[in-house]
Amino acid sequence: MTETTTTIEKSFWHEKKGLFSWIFTLDHKRIALLYLYAITTFFVVGMTLGFLMRLELIAPGQTIMEATTYNKVFTFHGVIMIFLVIIPSIPAVFGNFMLPIMLGTDDVALPRLNLFSWWLYIIGATMALLTLVYGPGSADTGWTFYAPYSVNTDTNVTLLLLAAFVLGFSSILTGLNFIVTIHRLRAPKMTWFKMPLFAWSLYATAWIQLLATPIVGITLLMVVAERTFGIGLFDPALGGDPILYQHLFWIYSHPVVYVMILPAMGIVSEILPTAAQRTIFGYKAIALSSMAIAFLGYFVWGHHMFTSGMSGEARVIFSFVTYLVAIPTAIKVFNWIATLYKGSIHMTPNLMWSTSFIFNFMIGGLTGLILGALSVDVHVHDTAYVVAHFHYTMFGGTIFVFFGAMHYWFPKMFGRMYNKRLSYISLTLTFIGFNVTYMAMLIVGGQGMPRRYYDYLPEFTVLNQISTVGSWVLVIGILLMIYNLVRSARKGEIATANPWNGVTLEWQIPSPPPLHNFVKAPILSDKGPYDFSILEQINKEN
Amino acid sequence: MAHYEIPNSGLKRDDEGKKMGMWLFLFTEVLLFGGLFLVYAMYRFQYFDEFKIVAEHMDITLGAINTVILIASSLTVAMSITAMKKGLDNVAVLLIIITIFLALSFMVNKYFEWSDHIHHGLFPGFDTFQHLERGEGMFLFLYYFMTGLHGLHVVVGAVLLGIVIKRIMLGKITSENIVFQENAGLYWHLVDLIWIYLFPLFYLLH
Repeated sequence: MTETTTTIEKSFWHEKKGLFSWIFTLDHKRIALLYLYAITTFFVVGMTLGFLMRLELIAPGQTIMEATTYNKVFTFHGVIMIFLVIIPSIPAVFGNFMLPIMLGTDDVALPRLNLFSWWLYIIGATMALLTLVYGPGSADTGWTFYAPYSVNTDTNVTLLLLAAFVLGFSSILTGLNFIVTIHRLRAPKMTWFKMPLFAWSLYATAWIQLLATPIVGITLLMVVAERTFGIGLFDPALGGDPILYQHLFWIYSHPVVYVMILPAMGIVSEILPTAAQRTIFGYKAIALSSMAIAFLGYFVWGHHMFTSGMSGEARVIFSFVTYLVAIPTAIKVFNWIATLYKGSIHMTPNLMWSTSFIFNFMIGGLTGLILGALSVDVHVHDTAYVVAHFHYTMFGGTIFVFFGAMHYWFPKMFGRMYNKRLSYISLTLTFIGFNVTYMAMLIVGGQGMPRRYYDYLPEFTVLNQISTVGSWVLVIGILLMIYNLVRSARKGEIATANPWNGVTLEWQIPSPPPLHNFVKAPILSDKGPYDFSILEQINKEN
Repeated sequence: MAHYEIPNSGLKRDDEGKKMGMWLFLFTEVLLFGGLFLVYAMYRFQYFDEFKIVAEHMDITLGAINTVILIASSLTVAMSITAMKKGLDNVAVLLIIITIFLALSFMVNKYFEWSDHIHHGLFPGFDTFQHLERGEGMFLFLYYFMTGLHGLHVVVGAVLLGIVIKRIMLGKITSENIVFQENAGLYWHLVDLIWIYLFPLFYLLH
């Protein structure tokens, strides 16, 4: 590398210009932003579909759409939110942006592969969107593609399955890249147990992406083959076994819920020490519990199938192992709360998003235990209770942290600060809207309202109306937040290098970072990543 | 101000990292086929007798020849890497050409095998196939699916090896910078290894 004489390096935003300098970039920060824009767009689309479904459910009977349309809408809502938003969300955006910086390096280990992953993501997304306009109508199977219906329906399931396959491939390559990066590119003296916890959670996530995704990939291809050649791999009418499909599907799709939540837990473990200005409580326990969740997550898939007719012994075992997952999860929650306890807490929007996450996630987790109990699950299976449960974990959990991470790293990424007052208002609206929407759904589900129906019995009307009104507040809150962030990215106050007084490596470089991230050697404490005694030195050198 | 040089830069050449990436990718390939092996095991259990009947009709000789071909090709690819490390570029290229030739003969054999089955109407869509017992159809379908997917991997592997030749010619792969060739070789060994499992499952297990 040649020596430069300039004292101030250009930020990665200004290093090169033009569309091609973005879509063919090898810079991890630009790739992260490409993901961010794509994911945000799809999130708004998915949110609109969800909003329309809630609107349909405002009164019994047909309100704004027909039953078949409703089926297509919830299918596409699920596919978008799972495959295009939540699975890539935190790893692809914040993992890509922050992991190399937190490890003290200038890019991921395999930058070209990283760009290739993004292209695969875009290709997969395009294929998924094509099913809306091309062929015999968009899929109406639900995002789980359960056989035999996914084999028999004449909607455009084949293309959607292939899209999910391509998206899975993209996810695998991102995970692979992170594993190699964490193994190979940690800063000198940054041992495994001196890594930031976000890196640990991405490491656990990456292994799940790597080892679980191929199974669903091949399963979806089998459904494609079955549709193309009419062989009864999963269709009982042709001698196949639909339960086998469910097993193969959930062998991937259960571990993948930890792909969705683990990175979020990692980010909370970053935000809380910074907010409390003290080291995280139980660093090793949090790091290892990520690995424990990743490991146990492989052995619980059967709890999605308690009513499928699987053998009794298998159900009991799956129920038991499901409970084991609660242990490492609770370890994290207790450690987070212990971190805040007696800390000198600085109120920040990102802290409030994180504590909202803990609240929502506790409801999500505890309802999960209720669902994991074999005898109860049989009653609430396929009700709105389940829908509310996974929205509490995935939306109230992962997406809340995604927004929280946006508010934490926004000044670092864009070099500007957002309007804090507006961000508190949007959080309040989102939090209230979210809880009204899904708490009502939780209750009405417990009363027996089935999921995936566009109609319901008159006695469920009041709770459904409450839920729909909640969804309006929720949407307003989110739109307000997006408005605030988009506006601030251009017009916000210029941010300092370390607005939250953090001590991990990303706060030791300029905001926004220069192309190669580091202009001087970062300061690493011997006492681990959250040693606040080095804060003064960091702020002096910035 | 002197430019700070990042000691652990991701933009530096890192052969170990690339090789690790390849190994991780091979894990995913194993799991991709793993899903199919699981389905095979499941239906073999369910349709035990019918699987046996069809398996007895498979051409063991052709299968065995293909097995020998692939194992031999794994040898030549390994030898080409050793040759390259010793700086014998021409020998390495020759050995890779032999490997690609073996890959092609594997595919030609497969072509004859498949066209023979199809000639007898044993392919989804033909009358004979529709009148088979369910388990027999299942066996054949899994046979087409798994060997077909494997065949696709053979083609991808051969293309990769073709790229290796090109890069040796261009001087991008040298005895000092051999990781691309080693990774292509690793991939080729995986292709070979999967066949070593497919062969007994479809030809030898009666």
